[in-house]
Amino acid sequence: MKTPKNTETRTWPGAIPLESLYTAGLGGQVFFKALKERGEIVGTRCASCKQVYVPARVFCERCFAELSEQVTVRPQGTLVSFTFSNFNRDAQPLARPQALALVRLDEASTVLLHYLLKVTDPTQVSIGAQVKMVIKPKAKRTGSILDIEGFVLA
Amino acid sequence: MSGEPRTVRGTPLELADLKKGKVFTTAYVPKIQYAWDTGVAIGRYLEELKNGRLIARRCQRCQRTMVPPRMFCERCFRSTDEWVYVQDTGTVNTFSLCYVSWDVRRLKTPEIPAVIEIDGASPGMGIMHVLGKVNPKQVRVGMRVRAVWKPPPQRTGSITDILYFAPIKGKTTKVGTAKKPR
Amino acid sequence: MSMRRVAVVGAGMTKFMRRALETPKELAWLAAKGALDSAGMTLDQIQGVVHGTAPDAFDGLHMKGEYLSEGSGGWKKPYLRCYVGGGTGVYAIAQGWFQVASGLFDTALVVCEEKMSTCLPHPQAAFLTIFDNITEQPLKPNLLWIFALEQNRYMARHGIRVEEIARVSVKNKRNALGHPSAQLGAELTVKDVLASEIMAWPVHRLMVSPTSDGAAAVVLAAEDVAKRVTDKPVWIQGVGWCLDTTYWTNRDLYYPEYVEKAAWMAYHMAGIREPRQEINIAEPYDPFAYKELHHLEGLQLAPKGKAPQLLADGVFDRDGDLPSSPSGGLLGVGNPIAAAGTMKVCELFWQLRGEAGPRQVPGKPRRGVAQAWGDLMQVGTVVVMGTAQL
Ligand SMILES: [Zn+2]
Ligand SMILES: [Zn+2]
Repeated sequence: MKTPKNTETRTWPGAIPLESLYTAGLGGQVFFKALKERGEIVGTRCASCKQVYVPARVFCERCFAELSEQVTVRPQGTLVSFTFSNFNRDAQPLARPQALALVRLDEASTVLLHYLLKVTDPTQVSIGAQVKMVIKPKAKRTGSILDIEGFVLA
Repeated sequence: MSGEPRTVRGTPLELADLKKGKVFTTAYVPKIQYAWDTGVAIGRYLEELKNGRLIARRCQRCQRTMVPPRMFCERCFRSTDEWVYVQDTGTVNTFSLCYVSWDVRRLKTPEIPAVIEIDGASPGMGIMHVLGKVNPKQVRVGMRVRAVWKPPPQRTGSITDILYFAPIKGKTTKVGTAKKPR
Repeated sequence: MSMRRVAVVGAGMTKFMRRALETPKELAWLAAKGALDSAGMTLDQIQGVVHGTAPDAFDGLHMKGEYLSEGSGGWKKPYLRCYVGGGTGVYAIAQGWFQVASGLFDTALVVCEEKMSTCLPHPQAAFLTIFDNITEQPLKPNLLWIFALEQNRYMARHGIRVEEIARVSVKNKRNALGHPSAQLGAELTVKDVLASEIMAWPVHRLMVSPTSDGAAAVVLAAEDVAKRVTDKPVWIQGVGWCLDTTYWTNRDLYYPEYVEKAAWMAYHMAGIREPRQEINIAEPYDPFAYKELHHLEGLQLAPKGKAPQLLADGVFDRDGDLPSSPSGGLLGVGNPIAAAGTMKVCELFWQLRGEAGPRQVPGKPRRGVAQAWGDLMQVGTVVVMGTAQL
């Protein structure tokens, strides 16, 4: 195919002008209500699959059962993995690295992603460390995953 | 099991439930912007719009003159062969009087989107644009129209370099493959 | 073609709602669980899972297929997400069908979901993106444009009047009064429809399906499994699909050729030569009132331009010669894009088993066709289902 003359390379700018508003859903209502009102972490248990899902879910992904048994779990657990991110979401360098934690709460089967607080360097942290959840004071809670500030080393 | 399942579930909400925070929600405003490459065919199409002309591509095998232009023929699945200038006049293939804007605002004066079969392109080859300088009540399928261009200094190489298509006085024609309405 | 026989053995759906509390994956689970329960089956009996959902932008979830996998029963299973716009809900059935027909799996769960209320300020912003990004979007189009342009073309070509099209809304919204999932069932007159505001002439508000949240699902099974789990399997006798060019302004919109091609693909598989004689119920895709007529013609169930007359004659009424959209259709039940097509497949399942309750079509229908449509007015997806094992 011959390249036609007269053609400049160009691009056309575009955007998709929309926003999303997500409902928390049946499971999310249970989880966020407990977090906001009582500062508690609530999961749901599937007895037949021996799973405790945190945050609470309304169905078990393994056996498809409806989950009605709620479990309040203690806000402490084990560090399953962690990382220090040096870049923000737009790939720009961060002034201070952001530490992230994957935590298995003691009574949960599932793992939670959140911030790891009060650490500045990977040498301060090790996988398997015990961590505690930091929850915002009631007045500042809105029913969001950010009602949890993050985890600190126990 | 027999009979239709009667346990149909689902929890309807009112808009007010969301606004009043009756249920927990999370908002997300993505900041996504694109730079779409125009490619060869549409790149040239846009350049020619800036020059005040419509250009098409022709496939020698199926003899179709295609607008918007494309570098391959989707029917023959081969490269198209040549550039062909087509007219900036055409025939209304279909139209609407639209009282709702793109962002769902109610409009008092309707926008008049139309598919316009372009003179010089193969029969049935249309582009989407809007009609202007016409009483909405008088728009007809088969109406002859001509592009009304922005003044050259204001053109940017965009389909909007054509402001709208306006009627050519007193002309109506049979459209493409269409038969006359009964 | 040596394919195994495949039956639908269970169906389920959520309510269709303007706004649902449930998350997309909770909606998918409600429908999928309902389908499994109706088949008397459990998730561990399912070998393959097919999920259908339209643009990620509605739910605002990229990787939406993955997000929806566990709600669709896909946990640690072969899982496939498929998508052809509004045509998805029937296309997904074909995807599940060939997983079982080929002998790859004995069972498949097909789940379709959409949650359009997530999208603000209005799902219209997502629909905008179907237009060509460079040559059409700068004109600030909206979705109504293409429907109105197509309807006008259909009307102009055949000399059809708007009131003839309004009858579709009257029929479907009335049929929906008997559907427990319905969002917009109503008793209306043609006059009411024509008195509703003009959105984009010739389209009035009551000729447009609503935006909806909801999900629908079916369980597919190979012959031996099907006969074990139910004494009333509904067989998939044929599937078909076809896409026309995306250059939609280059073809004559008055007739959906691609629906015709998809229909004949399915009819040949089903051994149907005279669709009008051999099909007892139709569930054509009706996101807008005229689309039902347009599609009945594409499906070869009415001569070109004659569907409005057959409608006026009562042929497509629930007790007519060829009931069309006895479910209430998208106009009455609602239109959560991908789930809407699957809702039509669920309806055939219930109708052909004689389980459609107040919506039951009289005369023990033996064969039906469901069809969906979408992308940039370019895809037809078709499934033929029947009580006879061919
Ligand atoms: Zn379980
Ligand atoms: Zn060609």
